[in-house]
Amino acid sequence: MNISVSLSGLAQTKPLEFALRFVFGGIVTALAGLIATKFGPVIGGMFLAFPSIFPATATLIEKHEAKKKKQEGMQGRYLAKCAAGADAAGAAMGTIGLLAFGMLVWQLSESVAPWIMLTTATIAWLAVALTVWIIRKKL
Amino acid sequence: MLTDLLLRFLIGGFVVSLFALIGDLFKPKSFAGLFSAAPSVALATLGLTIAKHGAAYVATEGRSMMVGAVAFFAYSQLVAFLILRYKSNVITVSSGGLVFWLFCAFAFYAIALK
Repeated sequence: MNISVSLSGLAQTKPLEFALRFVFGGIVTALAGLIATKFGPVIGGMFLAFPSIFPATATLIEKHEAKKKKQEGMQGRYLAKCAAGADAAGAAMGTIGLLAFGMLVWQLSESVAPWIMLTTATIAWLAVALTVWIIRKKL
Repeated sequence: MLTDLLLRFLIGGFVVSLFALIGDLFKPKSFAGLFSAAPSVALATLGLTIAKHGAAYVATEGRSMMVGAVAFFAYSQLVAFLILRYKSNVITVSSGGLVFWLFCAFAFYAIALK
């Protein structure tokens, strides 16, 4: 299946759902900072890769897909679960990129400017995640 | 301290929402899922952390983040397996699985970082 961009996904999301993601993301980010302050960077750093809004995102995908498929006259709940499962499988591939991000932060933060380190690590995350996804699709 | 937390909350909320929004745009869902594992919390906080604690502190956080990423991999594989194979309840599995993430993260911490 080819990658496509669709604005319908955005249209399905209600303002309350956007707000929910914002609040979840904000709380997890603030908590990660609090944990690092209390327990130090070794423990705190692990929470930089916490699945912050994954449960909220997967639940929204299930809800939206169920509604969409039902409108199309299909078995909504079954296909919605498949979509949420596919999202989780995609996230698993994305975590390989997250590993590359962490490695570059570890290796570069003391030798280059912060903006170069963050830009390089973000590009590496995307490149690794995309590569893993493409390889997985070809297998 | 309170200002720092508020700043982290606002920046974190914005960055996490932004990546979720980008994920909403793409099809198929397995591709959109890549953005569920975006380094959003790290991007929101590392700049502030460098300014406050310095580069060595951030390097340590980056190394620990690798452990968190491995735990995230185990978590998302488990969630995908339970949903796709057993058609388990999505909210129960994805929320309850966070305990599995904690378990994996601290197990890998004990093996690799302690």
